[in-house]
Amino acid sequence: MKYQTVIGLEVHLQLNTKTKAFCGCSTDFGKAPNSNVCPVCLGFPGTLPVYNRQALNSAIKLALAFGCQIQEHTKFDRKNYFYPDLPKNYQISQFDLPLSRNGYLDIYSQDGPKRIGITRVHLEEDAGKLIHETGVSLVDFNRTGIPLLEIVSEPDLNSPQEAFDYLTSLKSIIEYLDVSDCDMEKGSLRCDANISLRLCGAGELGVKTELKNMNSFKGVKDALTFEVERQTRLLEASQKMIQETRLWDVEKGATIAMRTKEGAKDYRYFPDPDLTVFIIDQSMVSHIKAQLPELPREKMRRFVKEYGLTEYDAKILVSSKNDAEFAESCIQDYPGKDKKEMVNWLIGPLLSEANLRKRKLHELNLDKNELISLIGFVGRQDISHLSAKSVLSQLIDTGKSARDLIQEGNLQQISNADALLEVIETVIQENAKSVSDFKAGKTNALMYLVGQVMKKSSGKANPKVVGELIRRRLADA
Amino acid sequence: MELNQLTAHELLEKLKARQTTPKAILDSLHARIQKVEPKVKAYVRLDEPSLSKGIKIRKEELGGLPITIKDNICTEGLPTECCSKILQGFRPPYDATVINKLKESGAAIFPLKANMDEFAFGSSCENSYFGPTHNPWNLDCVPGGSSGGSAAAVASDEAIWALGSDTGGSIRQPASFCGVVGLKPTYGRVSRFGLIAFASSLDQIGPITKDVRDAAILTGIISGYDPLDSTSVNQGVPDYTKSLSGDIKGLKIGIPKEYFVAGLDAEVKIIIEEAVNKLKNLGAVTNQVSLPHTEYAVPVYYIIATAEASSNLARFDGVQYGYRAQSDNLIQMYKLTRAQGFGREAKRRIRLGTFVLSHGYYDAYYLLALKVRTLIKQDFDKVFRDFDCIVAPTSPTSAFKIGERAQDPLKMYLSDIYTISVNLAGIPAISVPCGFTKKGLPVGLQIMARPFNEEMLFRAAHTFEQNTDWHKLKPRL
Repeated sequence: MKYQTVIGLEVHLQLNTKTKAFCGCSTDFGKAPNSNVCPVCLGFPGTLPVYNRQALNSAIKLALAFGCQIQEHTKFDRKNYFYPDLPKNYQISQFDLPLSRNGYLDIYSQDGPKRIGITRVHLEEDAGKLIHETGVSLVDFNRTGIPLLEIVSEPDLNSPQEAFDYLTSLKSIIEYLDVSDCDMEKGSLRCDANISLRLCGAGELGVKTELKNMNSFKGVKDALTFEVERQTRLLEASQKMIQETRLWDVEKGATIAMRTKEGAKDYRYFPDPDLTVFIIDQSMVSHIKAQLPELPREKMRRFVKEYGLTEYDAKILVSSKNDAEFAESCIQDYPGKDKKEMVNWLIGPLLSEANLRKRKLHELNLDKNELISLIGFVGRQDISHLSAKSVLSQLIDTGKSARDLIQEGNLQQISNADALLEVIETVIQENAKSVSDFKAGKTNALMYLVGQVMKKSSGKANPKVVGELIRRRLADA
Repeated sequence: MELNQLTAHELLEKLKARQTTPKAILDSLHARIQKVEPKVKAYVRLDEPSLSKGIKIRKEELGGLPITIKDNICTEGLPTECCSKILQGFRPPYDATVINKLKESGAAIFPLKANMDEFAFGSSCENSYFGPTHNPWNLDCVPGGSSGGSAAAVASDEAIWALGSDTGGSIRQPASFCGVVGLKPTYGRVSRFGLIAFASSLDQIGPITKDVRDAAILTGIISGYDPLDSTSVNQGVPDYTKSLSGDIKGLKIGIPKEYFVAGLDAEVKIIIEEAVNKLKNLGAVTNQVSLPHTEYAVPVYYIIATAEASSNLARFDGVQYGYRAQSDNLIQMYKLTRAQGFGREAKRRIRLGTFVLSHGYYDAYYLLALKVRTLIKQDFDKVFRDFDCIVAPTSPTSAFKIGERAQDPLKMYLSDIYTISVNLAGIPAISVPCGFTKKGLPVGLQIMARPFNEEMLFRAAHTFEQNTDWHKLKPRL
């Protein structure tokens, strides 16, 4: 490859506090426009902001999970610009003394684990929402003042896939800490990307493009992929790159120029005099640190150690906190000696069922006891593995018990030789070629014959028993 | 004496003894307003129809005693426009914390609001959208500003007492010009919630009264921690009337040499020196002291105050409330609204503040000003190590003619040269009448004390007042 891709991501995350960052208004999503508002978040004259301690706690929690240094002194600054969704025409944000700096996030890319630097995490307030209709623009201030964390990464990401992996890891940690809904479609997580290319081995960074308006992780990856190609083309054609902001158009599958650097604004940041500099109590920080839950990376290591999972399997299970908890309780409650049996069901058939339904494991509402009971039936050879998979699917869809489903479907495995012999006889009659092949020493032919018996018995025959019976029958002959 | 001529504490005695009623007091105020308001013009929106509503008689401490409020303090349902066109028709749906406290104490909020310089930008009350207020002692002169309406109303007995706000002298200077008492409390002593901000790090609400006892009573009512204002300080409020001991024997008073230099009117200088002698005769010990950074106070103030103001006033954009110029185009609507809604001085300060915060100028102006502000504060800390209070003129001159300085902003800004440092340092200061010029214009004596030592101010000012007759003189109208 001639060029190296350099990507840095800027994520805005709405915290799931009950109330807004600087007033007592509710943060509920989806309420009637302008119902979650008060004079403070509407920026009425004379009103003053008072910061939300819960938001500060959540921010510290997340920053600690990234291994950031929490500043002893921090303050809020005003970012001044005019826009109708910003009632005060300034946003309360943090400029030169952010809450925390210098953290990292580990991602697991195709080339193995990689550490991505996190430059800073700071707290700010969200703006309102503009709704454009024909001939009129409306403002909904419900979102105004919702606490927002800005998480800025170092330009350590070197491919669109790594950016995608970064967002996935980030989301996983956020979910573990339960500090945000993390829903890109609802706008509780937003991501802008800076991307530039440089000749491999070059020291200086290339001219960057800022990408906006991506509304899914895939959108981020697609936009970056498009941009890598676009920039490569420009560089190959020796065209001069300009620093600009481009919008991702999901319909067109392309980025479109929005504004160039020359149009950049001067936000005239200065310390917000309504919110005094405050000292973050280090004992509070250590308290929060002590209460941090087990994070994905630690959980993965523990799963490998305690349950003998492969790192690959463990990684799949821990990527969602709820999935990990569901999986762990299944594994713990599984009475069989070999926990691996349960693990295989979880990351095999169950995960496929979840993927099929585009849901998470825990969202399948599967009663773990039924799963355990189903695996038990298989273990006792009461039903075939094949049938069990279809029972699993029905367990999820119907909520009935495994026992009932097996009975209703008449799926008990036939291991009784007498019941099977008749079918076997028919199959042997019908497949003379395979019989002679088997006799000639082609073992594959046996598998074929077993398959035919399975087919005729609607999958209920116990393949092991069938195999043995055929072998004996043909040996007799 | 008519009821409206009495002090608040005299009227409270009468109310308690059932010698009068709130209605009788109101009637006497209305009669006085009818008679002298056409000359003084202390109030605004006299023709507002809904304002003739009756005032409730209250059982609490203040027994329905009326109080006059400056037009920048939010009063629920009553117009609060900062005497600016841009806030035309604004009736806040909430009360300022001080108004709540007054109502809880049984005060009746006088429905007419007091005139002021637009957004408190000025030292003469000439910058009001409603036109100037006239000094009751000489109608050709300004009442001072920005709380000129409050001071003139109290001086002309059109009000019993009043609230003003002080960012750089806006209570003390008009109190001095009108021969009444005015106190700027310690920054954080009184909640700013509901005070439409000029410069958030400097603004404080305070009393304008006919004597020191009234100032002590009113300060006691409006002071205290407010969870709605992060900059208010959680410190108990003493009974300030207990500090009216009439004894200043042994009090150590510093006289800052930097306040007695060129620019100080010769006549005012003599009056102040006589007042200092009076304090000495009453047992105080006076010494010259130095506040070496005094000369930087005006430039530092006009950087910090305008920077904050430029951001605080950004919200007046025609979107949610107040005046809106009609235009199909958003940017044009912003521009026209602000061009037509703000007066000349407001525009000047917004421009100045925007400039000093701009990229490339921030360090040279705003940041430097913050540093010098610290030095100014340290000057005071140093003097207060050895002295109980500092005594100086409130203003370098007595009231000047209307129009005299209107065309010369720099000269106007120098009117506050003795009051500005107090706001920058966050300390409390009081202005108390101490004499008259030969032309019959009042002169005020300024006393400053350590943070949260308002008691010292009341003690010294009260002792001085009780041993002089200046506060008893009334303007002939």
